[in-house]
Parts: sequence; structure tokens; C-alpha cells
Amino acid sequence: MYRYILKRLLLMIPTLFGAAVLVFTLLRLIPGDTCELRLAGSGGYFDQSALDICRHEMGIDQPKLVQFWHFIWGIVRFDFGKSMWTGQPIVSEMAMRFQLSMEIAIVATIVAIVVAVPLGTISAVKQNTWIDYMVRAISIAGIAMPSFWLGILIILGLLIGTQYFLGTPWMPPITYTPIWVDPMKNLALIVWPAIATGYRYSAVATRMTRSAMLEVLREDYVRTARAKGLFEKLIIRRHALKNAMLPVITVIGIEFAFLIGGLVVTEQVFNLNGLGKLFVESVTNNDYSMTQALVMLVVMIFLFVNLLVDILYAWLDPRIRYR
Amino acid sequence: MATLLEVKDLRTQFETSAGTVRAVDGVSYTVEEGETVGIVGESGCGKSVGALSVLRLIPDPPGRVVGGSIHFRGEDLLAMSDEKLHSVRGGQIAMVFQEPMTSLNPVLTIGLQLCETMEFHLKLTPEQARLRAVELLGMVGISEPERRLDQYPHHLSGGMRQRVMIALAVSCKPKLIIADEPTTALDVTIQAQILELMKNLTKRFGVALVVITHNLGVVARYADRVNVMYAGRIVESGTAADIYHRPMHPYTLGLLRSVPRMDRPRGEKLIPIDGQPPDLTREIVGCAYRPRCSFATERCAREDPALEAVGHGHRSACFEKDRLAQLLKVAS
Repeated sequence: MYRYILKRLLLMIPTLFGAAVLVFTLLRLIPGDTCELRLAGSGGYFDQSALDICRHEMGIDQPKLVQFWHFIWGIVRFDFGKSMWTGQPIVSEMAMRFQLSMEIAIVATIVAIVVAVPLGTISAVKQNTWIDYMVRAISIAGIAMPSFWLGILIILGLLIGTQYFLGTPWMPPITYTPIWVDPMKNLALIVWPAIATGYRYSAVATRMTRSAMLEVLREDYVRTARAKGLFEKLIIRRHALKNAMLPVITVIGIEFAFLIGGLVVTEQVFNLNGLGKLFVESVTNNDYSMTQALVMLVVMIFLFVNLLVDILYAWLDPRIRYR
Repeated sequence: MATLLEVKDLRTQFETSAGTVRAVDGVSYTVEEGETVGIVGESGCGKSVGALSVLRLIPDPPGRVVGGSIHFRGEDLLAMSDEKLHSVRGGQIAMVFQEPMTSLNPVLTIGLQLCETMEFHLKLTPEQARLRAVELLGMVGISEPERRLDQYPHHLSGGMRQRVMIALAVSCKPKLIIADEPTTALDVTIQAQILELMKNLTKRFGVALVVITHNLGVVARYADRVNVMYAGRIVESGTAADIYHRPMHPYTLGLLRSVPRMDRPRGEKLIPIDGQPPDLTREIVGCAYRPRCSFATERCAREDPALEAVGHGHRSACFEKDRLAQLLKVAS
């Protein structure tokens, strides 16, 4: 198992390299560059020599291969350089936002698991009863409803609700406070976007749990467990759930990785300074170094989540053994 | 001997998109304490459904037991509370299923699957259950039982898994074991071993056994009494010797003629039964076997033959049974 994990970790290197090639090339296919945008973005007059100086400073006047080499060499040393737009070190720009995005993703995942596994299971066990219909209706609504819209509803609900009951409207804080500084203030900020995204997330996971559970409940070994006289609760918990969790874990893994950096609009709604927002800004500013670093970060997260999902698979199902 | 299980007029149906399938349509039989009863018939004749109905294991929906009664030691299993049923299932009536490959849970150890049943029914502590599990695995002929307990089903071959299923079945000292095609999924050499094992264990513990099979050889060798099923009904019932040597129903005769037999001259031709079993979604008027029967008369198309005694403990559902008997007498 440890050898397998080591192998997987080593295999990440070519994957990361491939991602680096892709993002590097694609970014440079976008017409214009960050200097043009900065100097001529407003459409006014600009000085060619100023443009040249800017390009020289950014290093984008060098041959593409040299630029690529600098990029790769930077990754190897974990030095992503400075943002081409703000001039700030990329690592410190990302660190703050990464904290926020990671926290939202984790809380949303917890919300999703806590909601999805029991609901999906009940829905499958009580198939075609009113409970099942209700769960299915709620989860379909969750998939259909954009999370930013739900976010707007949550904010409105908070404002109107607090106004009505407390007399003064209350808004979640806007500035991010790390959880170890003030947990209450931190959660007051994080919980709402986590619910807004967690609803859709849990809807997807609920449907997956339900269908996996339905399939497992028809298996021969569940019939054997029933023939042994075991109570239905124990059969569900011990015999069915473990088997049904495999596809659910896959879905949760993919969704989790997506939440980091994929929450552009929801972040906007809650006025959060997350990775998604940074992503969009860096692309529109043609900020090569920042975009590249962000893509590499997201790729890393995807790879690690995938590895984690595979390890969980082996832990749940003894038939899966990796070499 | 006392009657252990009495199935009366059992009817089990399935709702499908094509209509209601009458999988079991009025089956009655009894099982005495300690005896082995065979239930024979071709695929789809309702023998498995009938067995699953006994422990109320028919998935509902789409299936449903719509009529009849199943008395086990005087109590009706169909009317029993769920609470009580749990103590009967696995405790007093155990099952061995057809597919050893899929009947054990792939993500739980053999030990856990054996022990949880004993902890539940026999109220053993985990340590006691483990000791007994080792003993049971040894009894069913599994080597290194101690080590096997911590293994998962995929570490074991099909034959081994069926041995585990048998260990599971006898673990809580049941009065009755229902084996649903216990050897169909295994290869021939293993089949004999498994059957011998079941026979020995049931003899040793005085457990009654219901063997469901399409294999007449199995029935001839292991069963005391045999019920032959066709299209959801029992068409002939008698001792193994009756069925094998004095068949009184054209379907039984057809089955016997279509399989090779060691007690017949080599080179004797096998005669298959022509045609298909009837569509069970349609109402069957008259005898269900009539379209495939060479003895069929006009009466068979109108009336439904009832199961009638033709000898001591030997019953047949055929209007032409006398003609059949005459013919067989002449032939021999």
C-alpha cells in the first residue's frame, strides 16, 4: 500500500508537467498581454517604449521556451514569483484566499455528507413512499437551483428575518477572520456560502447514495443477511452502507475539488475574497504568473483528492488491492 | 415423526409490466422432522420463489404472497409478527442459496458474517461466537479455520464459499434448512462434495432439509420425498423411489427420459420435452402441461386436474395417469 501511494505521488509529476504545458500554451494564445492591458486597456494613447519596458520587466519579451523554463523552475522551487498585475508575491496573495476557499469547501462537504448519506439511505429504503418522493423532490430542486441564487435568497432571508425578529437587520461579516482567531466570527461568515453550495452538493450526493443503495439492497448478500434474521437497521448499516458508499465517495471527491476555485459567482454574492474571484481577475488581467500558479494549485488539489478517494476505496472494499 | 413445515395452497405473484406473473399458484406440501424433501422442476417453474416465500424473502414490490398459509411447528409464518419472524429466520429455518459467489458480503470478513448470526440468535459473546465459528468451519471441511475467519469472501473459491454458507446455515442449530439450488453454480466434482456434506450434517443434527434443484440425480440420491413442480404447481409428489421408478405424471416421465441414467442401457436415446413452459402472466385453462403432453385428451383442455393419491404417499395431478401407468407396465 505504501509503495502504491509513493508510486501515485511520483506519477503526479508527469501529470503536473502536462498541466503546466497546457496552461502555459493556452494563456499565450489569448490575444494581448498584461502590459498592453495596463497601458492601453483604457483605449488611450500609449508609448511603445513604455510597453517594451513593461514587457521586459515582466519577462514576457523573452522567447517562449525560456519563459516556460522559468515557470517550471519556479514550480520546482515552490517559488511562483510575483503577480504580473499587482506586483505582490503570488504565494501570499493565494494563501489568504486559499484558507477561505478551503474552509468553505470543507464545511460544504460536511454539510453534504451529513445531509446526503442519511437522506439517500432513507429514500432508498422507503422507495416509492412519500418520504422518498420528498427527498427526491428536494434533491432535484437542489440540482436545478444555482447556488448563487440560493445565496441571494439566504442573504435576503437573513436580512428580513433579523429585521423582523430583532428589530435591526444583521448581515454576515464581510472581512475574513481565521478560525483560530475568532471561531464564531469566522463561522458566521463561512456557514452561509457553505450552505448555499452545500445544498447543491448534497443533492448530487443524495441522489448517488439513493441509487447506489437501491442497487445494493437487491444484492444476494443482503438477502442472505435477511435470511439470517438480522434486523433491517443492522443490515442497512453493516451490510449495505459500506458497499453503497463507493460511488458516493467518488462524487464527493470530485465536488470537493471543484469547490476550490470553482465558486466564482457564489463568492461574488457573499462578497468573499476567494480563489474563484482571484481566478477570474487574473485571467481578465492576463496575469500569466498568477493564472498559472492557480491552475497548478487546483490541479494539485484534484490529484490529491483523487488519491485520497482511491485510498478510501481500498479501505472500504477489501477486493481492491493496489500494487 | 411430527410435521415440521406445512405449506398450504401457497400463492406468490409478481407484478410486472407484462402483467401479473403467478409464479407459485397453489402449492401444498409438508416436511416432516429430520427428513429430506426434494423440489424438482425446470427453470421458472416457481421452485425458488416458493422457497423464498417460506421465509418471506420475496422482494415486495414487485412480489407478493397473495394466498395460502405456511405453518412451521404450528405457527403461521405468513401471519407472524416481524419481531418473531426475525428469530425464525436463520435461527430455526436457515437457507443456503444458489450463488455462493454473491451470497456473502464482499466487504465483511467471513468471521464477522458467521459470528453476527450466532451472537444474534444464540446470544453468544463475541469470543464464544468466534470459537464456535472455528469449530463450524472445521466441520464443513475448511482448512485453517482460524485464519479463514479474518479473510474476505474473495479469498475463497466457490466451493469454499458454499461450505461457509452451509456452516452459516447450521450455526444456530436450525430445525430446517432450505437449500435453493445449492450446487448449480459449482463444478461437478465440488457438487458431490457439497451434497455429501449437507447430507451428513443434516443427519448428524437431525435437521430437516428442503433441496430445490433441477437435477433429478441429486433428488434420487439425497431426497426421501420428492415434489415435482410445473408452472407454479406441484404435479407429482411421492417418495424418491416412486418418482424415479413409478412416475405417474407425463411431465415427470418426460424429465426422466431427457436425462442420461446410469441404470439404463448405454446408447439409449434421450427424449427432450418439446415446447416451452406456459406464459405465467396468462390465465391457464385446463392442465398447464397439456400443450407439451403426448397423453393429452380433450378433457385436459377444459378441466384442471387435481393432485390425487395413486399409491401410499404418492400423488399425481393427471387425468390420464392410469393409461400412463399401463403403458409403463407394458414397456417394462
